[in-house]
Amino acid sequence: MTQLPTSTERSLGLVIDLDTCVGCHACVISCKGWNTENYGAPLSDIDAYGANPHGTFLNRVHAYEVQPETGPAQTVHFPKSCLHCEDAPCVTVCPTGASYKRVEDGIVLVNEDDCIGCGLCAWACPYGARELDQLAGVMKKCTLCVDRIYNENLPEEDRVPSCVRTCPAGARHFGDLADPDSDVSKLVAERGGMDLMPELGTKPVNKYLPPRPRDRDDNIDILAPFLDPVIEEPTGFLGWLDKALGTVSGGKTDKKGAS
Amino acid sequence: MHPAPSVILFSTLSGLGFGLLAWLGFGQPVVFGWTAFWFYALAYALAVGGLLASTFHLGNPKNALKAYTQWKTSWLSREAWLSVLALVFMGIFAIGEIFLGTRWSVLGWIGGLLSIATVFTTSMIYAQLKTVPRWNHPTTSVLFLLYSIAGGALLTGHGLIAAILLLIAAAIQLLAWSAGDKRFAERGSTIETATGLGFMGKVRQFEPPHTGTNYLLDEMVYVVGRKHAKTLRLFAIVLACLAPAALLALPSAGLALIGLAAVVHLIGLFAQRWLFFAEAEHVVGLYYDKR
Repeated sequence: MTQLPTSTERSLGLVIDLDTCVGCHACVISCKGWNTENYGAPLSDIDAYGANPHGTFLNRVHAYEVQPETGPAQTVHFPKSCLHCEDAPCVTVCPTGASYKRVEDGIVLVNEDDCIGCGLCAWACPYGARELDQLAGVMKKCTLCVDRIYNENLPEEDRVPSCVRTCPAGARHFGDLADPDSDVSKLVAERGGMDLMPELGTKPVNKYLPPRPRDRDDNIDILAPFLDPVIEEPTGFLGWLDKALGTVSGGKTDKKGAS
Repeated sequence: MHPAPSVILFSTLSGLGFGLLAWLGFGQPVVFGWTAFWFYALAYALAVGGLLASTFHLGNPKNALKAYTQWKTSWLSREAWLSVLALVFMGIFAIGEIFLGTRWSVLGWIGGLLSIATVFTTSMIYAQLKTVPRWNHPTTSVLFLLYSIAGGALLTGHGLIAAILLLIAAAIQLLAWSAGDKRFAERGSTIETATGLGFMGKVRQFEPPHTGTNYLLDEMVYVVGRKHAKTLRLFAIVLACLAPAALLALPSAGLALIGLAAVVHLIGLFAQRWLFFAEAEHVVGLYYDKR
């Protein structure tokens, strides 16, 4: 049913560490692999070996450049997938009941047997977490690897979402965000985990850990006075060259030569 | 948002069809026999034709019947219900007028109200979306309803009322455009709120997550042709509202003139609806540093 549960027993989700992510896209690939080979319609590719390859992915890694008021810009790698929102707008718009949020663990899923592929849920999602598969004609989204996390045929260490298991940097964490004593909840509390687009009121379960402030060397000038240039203006051969070149280019000279 | 021809056809034609059904249901005009037949044939062709067009944008239409299950939360499901109810009530009412020469006026009133309610549910599919600030406003519904009722008035030969309604629609359309142009900024979603990185500084896209396109960009970050928006707005308001209103205001508006006004109105409506989609910016574009 597309009525959202008033509360869920657990809130399983991801905590993504923007400080640690190196932007390797391993999570993108492992997600595509697992979700193509397992539950539901495979994630198709269109024109895979042609001039305009594109396809369905449940997880994509953006890269942003942040320019502070002063100092150098910083690159932030930014993995994005379904945030399994508490107030998921994608669920309530669904006309068929194919989209639903599970009461037992809060995972937002699509029942592909009921989906008509109208795309309205993708319109309702602010995060671009849902993609309509162009071959299957049904809506695809992150399942939080529901077919791994409860799968007793897998070794215990593999019972986490594929992206989490794969991440070589340890930037992705999986757990119950409704339990204040869980590792992920502690991480969120310690590092100031944040919501994406909180102004839209979706109450995402997944949290993002902001990049930590970079080290700044403000105290390197103990020897700096000794490193000041001895002469401001070039003399000798360089001085002659500077003047000569300046004349050629219109008589203007400065420290860096002709302007 | 991608202006899919199927959705433009659906919302314009069915809007017009249900508008016409509403006028017929309210007994404006009271028609019997062959006259009634042609009126209802046109109304059903528009309304049902539009609804059929809408199924072309479904990825998996074989499950379409399941869309009747979620009326408690989904405007799309409510639209499915109301459109069928309106068509059934008006269908029975039409049988009376066409074949039996009787008017079951209560049925007509119910069918007429259901027809208008159907157009309202269509508008709410768009107006409910917080992710598209331009649509997320009551003017979206007001305009859908006005165009539908004015179109119905036009097709039933209520020249003066149609002209007045079209002029009101034109005024509200201008308001909706100018307010809509500012609404994305007013709602406050930026690349900084989308990424949560605003506390560090100014954010810009460094590298997109994929080299090719994808469903999100094709469907929701449609930017092609927006440069013609200003010209098209002029076309839309002149053809959909002003020109038909002027034609209908002419004395002795005959059938030919009404037909001409209807065709001009419909062409203008296509332009209006194309703009409705093409100019609508979805917040997901922020993640790609474009709108």
